[in-house]
Amino acid sequence: MNKLSVRHLTGIRGLLQNDVELIFQAAKEFKEVINRPIKKVPSLRDITIANLFFENSTRTRLSFELAEKRLSADVVNFSAGSSSVKKGETLVDTVNNILAMKVDLVVMRHPHPGAPEFLSKKVDTIVVNAGDGTHEHPTQALLDAFSLQERLGDLSNKNIAIVGDIRHSRVAISNILCLKLLGANIRVCGPKTLIPKYIDAMGVEVSHDLDETLAWCDVANMLRIQLERQDEGAVPYFPSLREYANAFGLNRERLDRLDHPITIMHPGPINRGVEITSDVADSEHAIILDQVENGVAVRMAVLYLLAANT
Amino acid sequence: MDEALFERVVDRLTHQLLEHHDFSNSDLVGLQPRGYWLAKIIQKRLQELLPGQSINCGALDTTFHRDDFRRREKPISPSSTHMPFLVEKRHVILVDDVLFTGRTIRAGLDALLAHGRPESVKLLVLVDRRFQRELPIEPQYIGKTIDSIDYQYVQVNKNASNETCQVILLNEKPE
Repeated sequence: MNKLSVRHLTGIRGLLQNDVELIFQAAKEFKEVINRPIKKVPSLRDITIANLFFENSTRTRLSFELAEKRLSADVVNFSAGSSSVKKGETLVDTVNNILAMKVDLVVMRHPHPGAPEFLSKKVDTIVVNAGDGTHEHPTQALLDAFSLQERLGDLSNKNIAIVGDIRHSRVAISNILCLKLLGANIRVCGPKTLIPKYIDAMGVEVSHDLDETLAWCDVANMLRIQLERQDEGAVPYFPSLREYANAFGLNRERLDRLDHPITIMHPGPINRGVEITSDVADSEHAIILDQVENGVAVRMAVLYLLAANT
Repeated sequence: MDEALFERVVDRLTHQLLEHHDFSNSDLVGLQPRGYWLAKIIQKRLQELLPGQSINCGALDTTFHRDDFRRREKPISPSSTHMPFLVEKRHVILVDDVLFTGRTIRAGLDALLAHGRPESVKLLVLVDRRFQRELPIEPQYIGKTIDSIDYQYVQVNKNASNETCQVILLNEKPE
């Protein structure tokens, strides 16, 4: 097997198609491992990993922690709320202090775009980005693409729509980059206010009509409306949640109007009744829980391959 | 070892297994990739000799259990593990092509335990390079024993039909 071409996973940008295939190949084997009665292998038993979460997370954090534990790594957790960050310590100091305690690998989520990239240049460790602000969320994109490949096979020339809040979504950016590497056609769809102005520079189509987009696509990835990233008191991006749900929410009626079945994804957490209705989220077309299961396998693959370079 | 000899060796190994094992409580487990290939061949022969009895044959990949992770240049690519049965309280015959340092078998034993606690484990190898062991591991069923020195390399070439093979001793590891 070849090595990854990168030392850190700060984003999908910088990865080659080969890297993605390498990760998927390992992830497939790890998926078998986590479905065994004894779901653990000893590969990383001499590695210590710090999970630094400067921003809230349940799913990603749990998923990373499980991946680390199933590779037998030692894990330490850190969340900003209960730490010295509040006392004014800088990021580099915080991380250097943690590294002084002999940590080999850092998994980091941070509210500021580019924080993992910055860190990877400043400190001597391997950095894995678990989401940085509105920039990238590489492992989410990898697990999305892996789940899709499992369902649809080869993704080249498949039509994939990413619907919703593209402006605030790191998942959208990483997904676009990753799926483009695999040769898919991508269209983003949402209200004008939630689509960045120059998104077409990434080589994607833009649409503001959900029904037309659904008719075009094989896959719809429904993103969450990130209310927490909308400034309070400022002019809202759309008039009301109800209006958003009417124009851009996926429901049974819309699906029934299509002449072909489409695969439905959601990176979670779901706002049921806003971007997607309950009956659609729980239907057989949705691979939302497969995405979560594959998340652990893909993260195991990423950690395994990066740790091989230490 | 040429193809005719390979046939005879596999026949002998199959009969040796029959002599010592009751296949209602014994399973074959091949180490990926070529141990599994060999185990499949032996399973087929056993099946011919024991019609009506189903013989389990699992594939085990040792990549994640190896002790040389992070000590070699490139990571080894994993093969798939396919163990459709539990080995709890079963007698297991571990199958591999070449036994050299014993480290792969050690990893294999480790990997096997993830699928239950076997009653016993025996080791079958096609080629035993007997003076090169780094761990106290000995095979019970041996196709051929060869005396070699450590820089030499044993190559197992499967033929096109995937049914038989040649074994050659080379004086250096091929690129």
